Parts: sequence; structure tokens; C-alpha cells
Amino acid sequence: MNKLKLSLSPHIHGGDSVRKNMFGVCIALIPALICSFIYFGLGAIAVTSVSVASCVFFEWAINKYMLKNPKSTVTDGSAILTGLLLAFNMPSNLPLWIVVIGALFAIGVVKMTFGGLGCNLFNPALAARAFLLISFPVQMTDWPVIGQDFTTIDGVSGATPLAIMKTAIKTKNADILSDLPDAWNLLIGNTSKSLFNDGPIGGGCLGEVCALAILIGLVYMLVKKIISWHIPVTILLSVFVFTGALHLIDPMYADPVSHILSGGLMLGAVFMATDYVTSPMTKKGQIIYGIAIGLLTVVIRTWGAYPEGMSFAILIMNAFTPLINNYCKPKRFGEVVK
Amino acid sequence: MKTFRIGGIHPAENKLSATSPIKVAELPKIAVFPLAQHIGAPAKAIVQKGDKVKVGQMIAEANGFVSAHIFSSVSGTVLKIDNAIDASGYGKPAIYITVEGDEWLESIDRTPQLITIKDKPELTDKDIVEKVKNAGIVGMGGACFPCHVKLSPPPGTKPEWVIINAAECEPYLTADHRLMLEHADEILVGVTLLMKAVNVNKGYVAIEKNKADAIKIMQEKASAYDNIEIVTLKTKYPQGGEKQLIDAVVSRQVPAPPALPVSVGAIIQNVGTAYAVYEAVMKNKPLIERIVTVTGKSLKSPSNFLTRLGTPMSQLIDACGGLPEDTGKIIGGGPMMGKALLSTEIPICKGSSGVLIMNEKEASRTEPQNCIRCGKCVDACPMGLEPYLLSDCSELKLWERLEKEDVTSCIECGSCQYTCPAYRPLLDYIRLGKTTVMGIIRSRNTK
Repeated sequence: MNKLKLSLSPHIHGGDSVRKNMFGVCIALIPALICSFIYFGLGAIAVTSVSVASCVFFEWAINKYMLKNPKSTVTDGSAILTGLLLAFNMPSNLPLWIVVIGALFAIGVVKMTFGGLGCNLFNPALAARAFLLISFPVQMTDWPVIGQDFTTIDGVSGATPLAIMKTAIKTKNADILSDLPDAWNLLIGNTSKSLFNDGPIGGGCLGEVCALAILIGLVYMLVKKIISWHIPVTILLSVFVFTGALHLIDPMYADPVSHILSGGLMLGAVFMATDYVTSPMTKKGQIIYGIAIGLLTVVIRTWGAYPEGMSFAILIMNAFTPLINNYCKPKRFGEVVK
Repeated sequence: MKTFRIGGIHPAENKLSATSPIKVAELPKIAVFPLAQHIGAPAKAIVQKGDKVKVGQMIAEANGFVSAHIFSSVSGTVLKIDNAIDASGYGKPAIYITVEGDEWLESIDRTPQLITIKDKPELTDKDIVEKVKNAGIVGMGGACFPCHVKLSPPPGTKPEWVIINAAECEPYLTADHRLMLEHADEILVGVTLLMKAVNVNKGYVAIEKNKADAIKIMQEKASAYDNIEIVTLKTKYPQGGEKQLIDAVVSRQVPAPPALPVSVGAIIQNVGTAYAVYEAVMKNKPLIERIVTVTGKSLKSPSNFLTRLGTPMSQLIDACGGLPEDTGKIIGGGPMMGKALLSTEIPICKGSSGVLIMNEKEASRTEPQNCIRCGKCVDACPMGLEPYLLSDCSELKLWERLEKEDVTSCIECGSCQYTCPAYRPLLDYIRLGKTTVMGIIRSRNTK
């Protein structure tokens, strides 16, 4: 009878695993992925495959040759997820060598240097996007018009809805905002009026174009209990409230619905800000984090140098997450008698 | 539906033996009675080698107020007083009795006739507490806290309710469930006795929703009592935790230790304890037997047994079809808080609610990974603690920080570890930290 195992309780486990959560998020990304393929065609497929393949490769190579880790962490699915999210944050006509550099930065610098999954301070995909945006500003903001083919890299690139909003603020001219697509077109990702109307209006990054597809992913993750509603809902609400207030003060600031549906806001709120590793642990902390991201996004979008502020807002709040964890404690049992 | 307010999980219930009626277990050949089978000081043996004992005869007496008498559950001859390995895995002094026949003390009423409190109007609160004490009754849910101590609330506290813990939130275990189905009347008389003992006039029996048949029977029988209410609780672990149960039933939260449940007015007793109190007070029968669930997925026939204390677990396992080939772990108690046992020769004690057999596959733990900081442990913790942080601090030996983070409030329910997607041994570390911090606090207080 010496084969009996001895261990302390609990003796059973719920069966949840890192891999299940990571692949769960990947499944939630599928609608947005399909949309990006439909809208951007071959370019999107190329960027996505290169991004995922290089993220997985770098994680495997670093594990094997630099860390000499006997148990590779590639199988937990987090590298695939980082690859997908990184691709979602790039334009579909981005030269593929830049995609590889982005993957190397995300996995090699932001993730593995700090100790791999769970130890990174910043969201790898977002940090890589910020890195690429600073290093290759032209290529990273050269969005193809929706419906354009991969082969026409030199084709017309157009202004995104966010750029229109920015121009309106700069020129203090609210009329420019009438160029914005309506809410329905923003929701389904048809930001390109050129297909139906005059004048090209560009798309955006791969994954951020179709807000509806991202919302489907959100519902899936909520149902599967991969994430809770706290972060996405507070971000969307706070952006709505802050942009709504600005819009009421002066109509040259775009209306809240357009703000929520355009740019990377939906993608950021649902998939980037909710990254387990870099977001606060308690519900209270998550709400503070969400409100702060919303506020920062609106500030950057309205007064900052870049038209989009979501990724920077999330990265800034990533840096505050340890502090939030330190101060936002859950309510202890017995703190409220009665 | 009522439940506690913070955290909690819902593990697969696996109540395999829920439909299996209570069977009377065979008498053992040798019964073993560890002297330390309750919280507090171990009892002192009052028999010697060669002494003849009868069923119900005291063989060890309480050593101080927080301690409990131990009675022989068998008749026979004292074989020896020697160390026996108990559920903790340590060898501790125990009385061995060779069983000869089944001769009971004549003072014990063995008839099935129900005696209610109306039949004995002369009983006072002090009589009841005294009888409970003299019967060696301890909390039967597993904690084994001497029952008479709980029935003697410290001065300055005022009990308002007796809450009977029939949640049985541990997966697999069905002992309390079967007891309610088969002995509802006796339990309810036990509740009235407990209420009388602490002078309260409101009693609750709290049962989780997954025991619908027990709720039905208890409600029918309780309709005869105007001051006992059957409360249906949502099925959620760890509802049977004392503090969680009070929160669920009367919406009050016991403050952090060292506050006692009675500080918010609640006296909690397990449903098995209520039954034992009935037998002790009305039938003059000391605590010599209990219901034990013997269960497991690979076991031939999971069952519930009325078992004499001191019976080795192996005998019960044999009665369920024998120990399966692929056994990987034997657990005394439920899968969430039970203890893994060294062998099957461990005797059934006052607090043994179940024996759970796990096969090799169920018994092995998955390799832990890095914490991915998902916060699921924080959501699951029923005490509002941060298990990931406590575990990390404990690993880094940051005892002061651990004390500041309220590690002593941890009830070791295991919800965090059950939930952790990275399979981290959270509770292992937290236990280490909690024990160390409690030691530091104790030595500070004695200085």
C-alpha cells in the first residue's frame, strides 16, 4: 500500500486551465478574424499568419535556446493569442518584416524578459504596437481602404473616422464630422464610404474594424466566464460619458456613439484591457482601471498628438496595475457586521 | 434563494451514495479509540489492559473543560494502550479493545420509541448541557469541537438562534443527507434540546437545495414545531463553513478571529450533532456510533454505514466491495477539506464523516504553471482574501505582510486552489503561512 498519494486538501480541481482560457479568447477572436479576412482579404491573412507563426516561434526558441527550459511554455496557447492580438493591431498592408519585428518585440522583450506568461508588466501585443507605431509611423498608419486587395499596396489610403474627428477638432469645424459613417456602418465595420459614396475613407487595423464581431466575442467570453463584465463595460461607459460631455459642450467634438464604435476602442476594451496578467485582480480595481482607461483614451483622442489613444491608455494603466492591486482590496468577510 | 455573500464555488456534487439507505456496519474484531479525537486536550484513559468493558462505558475522561469523554462502542477486553496512526498521519495514544459479543450498559435505552421534550418537562438547560458533556459529544461535521463548550457561551454574549448545519456542501458526502431522511423526528427533538440548552426560541435547519427529498421530509416534520424553520440554501461550497452558514441564514457576518459565532448571536451545530444530542439526552446513549459515507467513483457500491467508533476503515471499504485496484488516494472526509490517509487501518473517530477512495488519475495533481493573475482565486475566496498574494508572501516568507493581509482569517476551504487555472498549490502555501503567523502571534502574546 505504499503507492498511496499523500497531499493536502483540496483533492479535486475545477478543471479550468490556462490553456482553456487562452484558447477561449482565441475562439472569441474568430468573428473579428473572419471579418478582417472579408474586409482586407489576402493582406489580413498574410499578416495574421506571419504574426502568429513568429510569436510562437520566438517563444519556442527563447525557451529552448536562451532559457534552456525543459518544459516549453508554447503549449499554453498564450503565444498564439499574442500573435493574433498583435495582428489585430496592425494594418493589413504592413510589410511582413515589420510584423516579424513586432512579434520579436512582443515575445522577446515584453514577455519573456520578465519571466514569461504571468510576469509581464505590459500587454505584449499592445507594447509591440506602440513600439512599431513609434518606429515605423508611416507604415503603421497607412491603412488600406476596405475592399482593396493585398496586391494594391500603393492604392488609395484614406482617413479613418478618428482622423476625421481629429481634423474637426483642429479646424474647429463641426461640419467635417458629417463625413463620419453612421453608427450602423461603424458597427459592422463599413467605415469605407468609398464603396457607396464619394471620397475614400480608410479602414483601420485588422481587428478593430468590425465592432459587432468584437461584441460577439465579448458575449462568448462572458458566457464562458473567461472574463467578467467589469473592465469592458466600465471602459465603454466612461468613454461614452466623457465624450458625451464634450459633445454637449461643443459639437465639434464627435458624438459618443461614433467614438465608441470607431478605432481600436472596442478591440481594446474587450480584448486588450482584459488581459489577465496586466489588469487588476479585484473587481473594485478593475472598475477604477476601466474608468481611467476610458478617461485617458478620450484625453488622448481629443487633445493628444495621435488620433487614437486606446493603446496608450491601456499601456499607461498597465503600469498602474500593481499599484491598484496594492490599494484595492476585496471586502473582507466580517468587515460589515450585518 | 439564500446563500452567503462573498465568493464560493460549485464543484461537481458526486453524491454517489445519496440513494443508499444507512446500513449497520459489522462489529470490528478490534476497536481502536484514539485519545485525541476532538479539539482541545486529549482525554485521559481510565481503563487498563485486561479490563472488561461494555458498550457505552467510559474508557477515557475529558482532561479539562475543552476536552471530551470517550466511550467504548464495543464490549470486550482492553488489549493495550498504545500508539495508533490516526487521520493526521501521526501515531498517537489510543485504547485497543478486543471485541467479545455485544453487551450494552443497561442504562442505555435501545428502543426506537421517540421521546420528545414534552415527555420530559423536568429537563432544564443545565441538565441538557451536563448530559451532552457526559456523553462525550463533539461537533460531528468534522471539526470535532466539544459540543458542551459551544453550549456554554462566554459571559457577555447572548445567543439568539440555533442554526443546524445540514448544508453538507462537501462533494461526495451523504451522511447528513441520509440521517435527515431516516431520522428527521429525532433530529428535530435534538434541535429543540439544543435551543433549550442555550435558551433561545428560534431554530433553523439549513439544507442545500440539492437535497430536495430531505428538505421535503424535514419541512413536513418541522411543521409540528412553531419555532423551527427549515431554510433552503443555494448549493454552493463552502456553505457548511460556520461563518458562511451564519451569513447565509441570518445575514450576519462574524468578525475576524478571535470573534466567535456567538458574538453575532448564532450557535451552530451539525445535524449529526443534533441527532447525537437527542440520543444522549433522551436515550442516555453516549457518542459511540456515527454515520459514515464510504464512497468513490471506482468503488463497487458506495454506501452509508451506521458505524461503531473505533472500527477500522478497511472493514467499511470491504463492505463496499473492497479497495479497488487502481486506488491512488484514500481521503478521510470530503475531497475539499478531507485529509489524505496513510493506510486503510485508521479507525473511525467521532468526526469521521466519510471515506473517499480516489483512483490514480483523480489523485494526481497537475504540474503548476506561473500565476497568470486572472484573479479567479480572489473571486472564489469566501473570506474576501487574496489567495494569490497570501501564497506569494508565504513562498517568500514575508510573515509580517501575511499578518497584515489577514491570513489568519483563512478557513482553508480550498476554493482558491480548486479554481486556479494555473494549478498553483495556493492552499499549501497559505496553510504554511497561516500556521507560521499564528505561531508568531501566540509567542508575541505570551511574552
